[in-house]
Amino acid sequence: MQITALIAEDEPLLAKALQTELALAWPELQVAATVGDGLSAVQKTLELKPDLLFFDVRMPGLDGLDAAADIADQWPQDQPLPILIFVTAYDQYAVQAFERQAVDYLLKPVQSARLQQCLERIKPLASARYAQAATKNIAYSNDQTLTQLRQLRQLRTPPASSAPHAAPLARIQASVGNSIHMVAIDEVLYFEAADKYVRVITKGKEYLIRTPIKDLLPQLDPHVFWQIHRSTLVRASAITQVLRDEAGKQSIALQGSSDKLAVSRLYAHLFKPM
Amino acid sequence: MLANHAWKVAAFCFCISIVLWLARFDNRFDIQLVYSFSNGLIAWALIDGGRFFIDQQSPYLFPRGVKGVALILFGAVVGYIGGTWLGNLYAGYSTWDFLNHTPRMGAYFLTFSIGTGVLISYFFYAQGKSAWLITELEATRRQGTEAQLRLLQSQLQPHMLFNTLANLRALIATDPQRATAMLDRFNDYLRATLSASRQPMHPLADEFDRLRDYLELMAMRMGPRLAYTLDLPDDLRSAPIPPLLLQSLAENAIQHGLEPHVAGGQVTVRAKSDGALVTIEIEDNGAGCTPLAEMAHLPPDDPTKATTGFGISQVRERLANTYGKQGNIKIVAARAGGTLASVQFPAQHQAPPAPIGYRSE
Repeated sequence: MQITALIAEDEPLLAKALQTELALAWPELQVAATVGDGLSAVQKTLELKPDLLFFDVRMPGLDGLDAAADIADQWPQDQPLPILIFVTAYDQYAVQAFERQAVDYLLKPVQSARLQQCLERIKPLASARYAQAATKNIAYSNDQTLTQLRQLRQLRTPPASSAPHAAPLARIQASVGNSIHMVAIDEVLYFEAADKYVRVITKGKEYLIRTPIKDLLPQLDPHVFWQIHRSTLVRASAITQVLRDEAGKQSIALQGSSDKLAVSRLYAHLFKPM
Repeated sequence: MLANHAWKVAAFCFCISIVLWLARFDNRFDIQLVYSFSNGLIAWALIDGGRFFIDQQSPYLFPRGVKGVALILFGAVVGYIGGTWLGNLYAGYSTWDFLNHTPRMGAYFLTFSIGTGVLISYFFYAQGKSAWLITELEATRRQGTEAQLRLLQSQLQPHMLFNTLANLRALIATDPQRATAMLDRFNDYLRATLSASRQPMHPLADEFDRLRDYLELMAMRMGPRLAYTLDLPDDLRSAPIPPLLLQSLAENAIQHGLEPHVAGGQVTVRAKSDGALVTIEIEDNGAGCTPLAEMAHLPPDDPTKATTGFGISQVRERLANTYGKQGNIKIVAARAGGTLASVQFPAQHQAPPAPIGYRSE
């Protein structure tokens, strides 16, 4: 039973240092791959299916949390998700979030004593993971991991700098050519992140804004707009149907648009039958 | 606090009783006490109680302006009327008959009542206001200290600090000589970052040395993802420039230009001059510049600049403070894709123009 790990760290000296420390603390652990960016992290993880993931929180391409979310979405439903250990140099909000969610994390520079402590907790979890593969506990423990990931996403952004009880956004200001269009929030069906922009979709039109999804979220009424994916916020009242395909992936049909929106496994809990 | 006021009012009433008793033809002290106490306590209750219902926004809990004056007058007059009535009950005679015969005495008593009402009200008001001012002063002092701490923290950039330390630690075992060289650079970098505000200007050669420190440290961290070139002609080595002006532009080039790119890229800093003006270009071949360029044209206090673009608005401010209209910065798309930031300022620097009202460095 060979336990494997994947390291995702963009600073080469630090990736090497972590590998060295791991070799000293857990010689039986095999590092299957080391990658330097979030997209490769997702790709290699799905390809090699390691048991442990050491993810830097900040990476080019996709950051650690987004990469974890994408892996969770594309991971086969009937297999236990890998064990995640986040690594960060300094990120006060992320660290607070990790503590609250009891998610394992390491501070850079990774020191042997702290690593030993972390591994003492991880080693039995890794063996248990193999045992799980044979039993039906997979769904339950995967659900726990998904909940942790979802809560982490919410907790890691600093509290809104504007007044906490400010009224939600009433309109979206999108620039089109040389002018700015005012789009009433009531007309917006959904927001979807695309590259450096966010698409704002209304019944007949589409606009582009620069505010990222994570900055839009605190400004919107959470009862009106639901996050169903790390890149998508949808107007709950516009959802007509939630469809499920053979692989268990959910997607949403909307009133007023023929688009189908993919639902991430992190947010699948929103759509359970009553 | 009301209880505190109550016994002070009682003490005043007592003193006034003594004064009036000694000054008047009436020889019964207890009657005088009843008159004074009921007058004083009724007036006090109305004024000290009433102020909570009028002008609730007042910071020191007393109605401002006309309302305050009206409250005092109201309290004093009603106190006088009520006090006299109670006193009459107690003493068994009617002041009204007496007043009808000598209205001047009535006017005297009423004025006396209003006068003491005003004085005592002012006394409490002054006490309350000075207590409020003291708490305001302490709060402001505390905010000032917190602001300084936050500024220092933002200058230090903990993320840069801890990542650099982590890389240095990794090098100690594998390449001790390089580790020592990097530690020296880190030392210089920190020193420069923490004391940048002390000097108004320093030579371009020093500025490029600081840039080299920063870029070397980032190159250690990013490995093959960062390549850089610094180009400073000899005749420009002594040109004066505000300290660390270029560092924030180099930071932007890396954070917004190269970091998002998986392959990283190249940063080039070159200085040139046409005699009168010095131009310094910081170019990267990373991500495009549209968001950043648009932010350079936003006013300094625009909220979108809160996180990104802060470096550029600071550079503009510093250029304006030092060179007035002759210092400027432009951000455009570079030919190789990526961003070109171009800073221009006069080669000969005269005394800085009068402050424009910006916070000075």
